Amino acid sequence: MRVLMFGWEFPPHISGGLGTACFGLTRGLSYISDLQVLFVVPKAFGDEEQQGISLIGANQVPVRHRKLNLKHFSRKLDYIEVGSRMMPYTDPDEYFRIQKSKKEKGAFEFVQTDDAGQIPFTGTYGANLLQEIHDYALVANVIAQDYSFDLIHAHDWLTYPAGIAAKEATGKPLVIHVHATDFDRSGGSVNPVVFDIEKRGMEAADKIIAVSNLTRRTIIEKYGIDAEKVVTVYNAVEPLEKKDKPAFQKGTNEKVVTFLGRITMQKGPEYFVEAAHRVLQKNRNVRFVMAGSGDMMHNMVRRAAQLKIMDKFHFTGFLRGEEVFSMLAMSDLYVMPSVSEPFGISPLEAMQSNVPVLISHQSGVAEILTYAIKTNFWDVDAMADAIYGVLHYPALSEMFVKYGKKEVDSLKWEKSALDVKVVYDTVLKGFH
Amino acid sequence: MKTVCLYFQVHQPFRFRRYRFFDIGNDHYYFDDYTNESILNKIAANCYLPANKLLLKLITQHKGTFKVALSITGVAMEQFKLYAPEVLDSFRALAATGQVEFLAETYAHSLVALKDEDAFRQQVAMHSDMVEEFFGQKPLVFRNTELIYSDHIGDMVARMGFKAMLTEGAKHILGWKSPNFLYCNAINPRLKVLLKNYKLSDDIAFRFGDKGWHEWPLTSTKFARWLNDLDKKEEVVNLFMDYETFGEHQKKESGIFEFLEYLPKEILKHKSLKFGTPSEVASRLQVVAPVNVPNPVSWADEERDLTAWLGNEMQQEAFDKLYAQLPKMNRCADSKLLKDWNYLQCSDHFYYMCTKFFSDGDVHAYFNPYETPYEAFINYMNVLSDFAIRLNAAVPFSSEEKEIANLSGILEERDLKIKKLEEEVQKLRSRKRTTAAKRTVKKEGVVSKTKEKSQKGSAKMKSKK
Repeated sequence: MRVLMFGWEFPPHISGGLGTACFGLTRGLSYISDLQVLFVVPKAFGDEEQQGISLIGANQVPVRHRKLNLKHFSRKLDYIEVGSRMMPYTDPDEYFRIQKSKKEKGAFEFVQTDDAGQIPFTGTYGANLLQEIHDYALVANVIAQDYSFDLIHAHDWLTYPAGIAAKEATGKPLVIHVHATDFDRSGGSVNPVVFDIEKRGMEAADKIIAVSNLTRRTIIEKYGIDAEKVVTVYNAVEPLEKKDKPAFQKGTNEKVVTFLGRITMQKGPEYFVEAAHRVLQKNRNVRFVMAGSGDMMHNMVRRAAQLKIMDKFHFTGFLRGEEVFSMLAMSDLYVMPSVSEPFGISPLEAMQSNVPVLISHQSGVAEILTYAIKTNFWDVDAMADAIYGVLHYPALSEMFVKYGKKEVDSLKWEKSALDVKVVYDTVLKGFH
Repeated sequence: MKTVCLYFQVHQPFRFRRYRFFDIGNDHYYFDDYTNESILNKIAANCYLPANKLLLKLITQHKGTFKVALSITGVAMEQFKLYAPEVLDSFRALAATGQVEFLAETYAHSLVALKDEDAFRQQVAMHSDMVEEFFGQKPLVFRNTELIYSDHIGDMVARMGFKAMLTEGAKHILGWKSPNFLYCNAINPRLKVLLKNYKLSDDIAFRFGDKGWHEWPLTSTKFARWLNDLDKKEEVVNLFMDYETFGEHQKKESGIFEFLEYLPKEILKHKSLKFGTPSEVASRLQVVAPVNVPNPVSWADEERDLTAWLGNEMQQEAFDKLYAQLPKMNRCADSKLLKDWNYLQCSDHFYYMCTKFFSDGDVHAYFNPYETPYEAFINYMNVLSDFAIRLNAAVPFSSEEKEIANLSGILEERDLKIKKLEEEVQKLRSRKRTTAAKRTVKKEGVVSKTKEKSQKGSAKMKSKK
């Protein structure tokens, strides 16, 4: 069985959980003997890991001499304006640079090709994102004609148009994988353009994979998709590589409570700040860290200053590989108060590093974890209670670490891949 | 006769390096040596050295008729010692002429006057000692950081023994009155107050090189004529500005040094004008009125208030958390901590956190190592966190802890006492009971009374708890 897979990111060029999940899943699939994955990303840098998959950069495909057979789509996707809030996940630094420079794109839309007839892609999320999605779909059509495969698999709304284009070109079945919907990202005020792309992707798909029941419900209820068509396959986590000592050691004997992620509305950073304030009123011997950056960071700094907790509340800015590891190593509790998190791999990574986790009920990962503290994202009192409890009653934290580690070690991508394979099989069975 | 009083401010902060969360508790060095050294050397070459040379030349040329006042912060002096000792020598040469008055201020260019009188007094004394050591004169006139002044601050300064203080002649405190007279403090009239003529000062400091200004180019002749054209009754013109005006804020190419070179000559051409230092002005002129300043003023920005340093919640938080360490600092004798404590207090750190970009962004961006005020704030708080950890280690018992220990000791003593008394009551009661039992038949009334008494007694004991 050959699968043509459309993604948007691949390690090491990752700006969000999407890339991590794509990588884990394709790796898991590579263990299945009669299955081959052809993974397409908008821009291949050349240094991606390539194990058991072949990687094609869309910008390496000449499109000049191809007939683009894309009647419905080119027209519908032709011209769309994107405001900054619409960006699905943004590499935070990139986002601010774009915001600062405010480069406006002209109203003309034509496919620009470079000398070799290749469409250049930046591969990062930016202001001309929709243009890129559209270009990507055009190239997908070409690729689909060049390679042979049995099935198309598209990850998240960015690649749905590409998936549909490939399906149109070849008539092969389409599976779409929903890692997040715009309801999660926007907190309810959905961008109609993104919603439209998502809905059409879901409708065109032969089967939909959702990363949690939470997301599955959203797909059924908000997008009006037939429940039969939607299957939940949980994400997993890459086993932790044995690493040397972290680069940074904790410099204080105080407890450290960590929020690690993009500082955006979806992640609920404000609830973390409020909970920190409540805990600090009872106990000054603890430090809170908000690691990451995002469009709400400045508001959070101001709020923390207003609450007068900035001597115990720290912002680290965007952290990279080694620093993330160090940060987890010095944490005594990991908090993910997401307002709406389709899955959430990061708490699993914390558990692997022997850090107890506090997650919101509004996250997909809460459905499969037993050894994690769960509260509602808005319930800052409960959150403060839980934080205080974990910090003060060592028995609690020891239990979470011990059993949490076991629990997280049992979540393997190989298992998720088998579930995905079952989906493939049912789709192909129905198709022939 | 009008006196022209020139005063220049010299200050450079120790800028922090990027101090990350990971550094807290691990690395106790906070400063960006490279930036500090390169900025200082640049300003020394552009401003301090050529300007000092010129002043020295002018003073010798005019033989006692040209005078200026200077104020150099303690932190700037330390940087000269570290990075540019030749600048220090050239200031010493100026001091040796006897025509340069050195003013007192807070050692660290801090905002401590707004927080604590004792600490304020200490920092001023520290600075005065330094001036005396390096320049051989005891300062008589005070200028607060950024010319921050209020009636209350003036009163504190008067009680420290200074005879005069410099501040901004802000429009909102003067109203129709002119800054060109000598005023006094509203609480303590013995303290004379010299008010900056901001119009004429800023003509040099800010507008000199501005080609869009309708008075451009400003020549010494023109400027001296403006001074001469002022109302005949006015007695003093206070021209206060940053020393960096010469060669740094106004580049050499703008002709600022030529302007300064010919200014004394042009001014002294007019019979009605002469130069004087602040202490001469304060002792020679008559006070015309007290100046009422209930709320602090400064020489910064359009508003001439404190909002450049304490205008938003981040600045307030940083300021409060800094001075929350003060009680502990008072019991700290560690020289390294004391040094960092001074550098932490520099008003510049708060200035970098300012969010009023629109009106005075250019001035705020000057030598600012941070991209955003948020970054400045986060960095400062990280440094302060590490400092607090070190301080806690150096001063083992917090005052709270001591107090708690004291109180719990007293409580224990009381508990013991109460226990003893209770036992005694018990004893007495049982004894009474046995004796009473013998008498029950004969004298019932008496027994009940004594019982009541003993019960009352034990109740009293309990209420002591």
